[in-house]
Amino acid sequence: MSKFFTRMGDGFPVEMTDAEIRKDVEEGVADAAKRAKIEPLAADHLRYLTELFERPDRAVGVERGNEVVLSYDSATTKFKRGNVSVSKIQSLQIYERLLGADILELAHIDYSFKPVKPIVVFEQPILEQALLMTIPPLFYGAMPNLGLYSQPDGPCPNPGDLLPKGLIAEARASYAEQIEHSVKDMTYVGGTMYEAGADGINFDTTAAAGDAEFYATLKAIEELKKKHPAMCVQMGMASEFVLGMHGELSYNGVRLAGLYPHKQLELAQQVGVSIFGPAINIVPSRSLAWNTARTATFIKACTDVAKIPVHACVGMGVCGVPLTLTVPIDALTRASKALVDICRLDGL
Amino acid sequence: MAVAHGVASGIGGIRSAGDLVARMQVSKGMRLPEAKKYVAGKLGASVADIADPVVMDEIRDDLNLGRVNAIPGAAKGIDAKFRIAEVLGIEINCVKLFRKRVGL
Repeated sequence: MSKFFTRMGDGFPVEMTDAEIRKDVEEGVADAAKRAKIEPLAADHLRYLTELFERPDRAVGVERGNEVVLSYDSATTKFKRGNVSVSKIQSLQIYERLLGADILELAHIDYSFKPVKPIVVFEQPILEQALLMTIPPLFYGAMPNLGLYSQPDGPCPNPGDLLPKGLIAEARASYAEQIEHSVKDMTYVGGTMYEAGADGINFDTTAAAGDAEFYATLKAIEELKKKHPAMCVQMGMASEFVLGMHGELSYNGVRLAGLYPHKQLELAQQVGVSIFGPAINIVPSRSLAWNTARTATFIKACTDVAKIPVHACVGMGVCGVPLTLTVPIDALTRASKALVDICRLDGL
Repeated sequence: MAVAHGVASGIGGIRSAGDLVARMQVSKGMRLPEAKKYVAGKLGASVADIADPVVMDEIRDDLNLGRVNAIPGAAKGIDAKFRIAEVLGIEINCVKLFRKRVGL
């Protein structure tokens, strides 16, 4: 029986038979459909995915005419991480002129709204200068990162210390205080960079700290959109499921704990988000066929009902891309193509 | 990863009309098919052509929308964005601020 080269969710190579790939695709779809209570993919999509992971091609791509918009979170920091000695503006020019980026993003190396706040006056002139020199839309991006507002990094008691002691009311009170601080930081930085000329603000890795962080981000966006109705807001999520760290928070009558992407999207639309970025976790111990099938099922439930553009977060460790620092081309292009073809994405 | 995504599924940024399609998502919240159709209509191109770097380089040259190569006298940076705002019929935040700063 012939075997096909593919990879596991951590990127390590594996050889699988047709029956094994087909089974993993079916199980990936079923897992997403069951968890989020959404429609599974159709039979032709299952067949498409099985064939995609059996192809011997090193790189694959979408058909002519099906290309999508590419936006890049934390773009300028990627060069720093790669130890490339270029300035932020040079990084943006490389994205614009050499990498074919459709939307650019300026970011601080400490990629959270809280650390940006004291240095925002240094970020503004970089943005202003970059705007004079570049052509595509240019966003400013940062993470809400509610974890920075609890001790020892921030002023509020740490729910991680309080919850194991059974101090649930105290932990919830801390979250309420953290929300207040973070909304102030996000609206200050977001408003300041928009007033300096940014085309949009990207709230990246939203809800990484759970439902309280999701609440704070929705609140901040709602406030920013009231002040700047024309502002473009991109919201990229941290994972497929909003963790109920607080457990009792609701926004517009919707309980935040436990929300899956298609429900996260509905709230994002309500507060005025312009571009939504679902992020689906990778399970490293399952195959990429399983992970990509599962991702496509979650994301199709978003794109089927979205009124705004959906740019899936197809980066390291999410949305079918292996959890490894050196992402293989065969794996990444399969995730890219599969999600565009099946989900009819607006961008990545 | 940017290179692999660009090869697999990207429109191509200023090599083609990726930045212009993105503008319609950013400024009008258009989903992709609507944004591509709108841009193609404004450029007088087909929807398939707007991801073609050869066809689009000609169109960007004709309309002076900024090009990927360093061409003497061609629109660059903010001047290309003035042209893009006019051709697409949209407001661009930094263009509006530039006008205000220089008293236009």
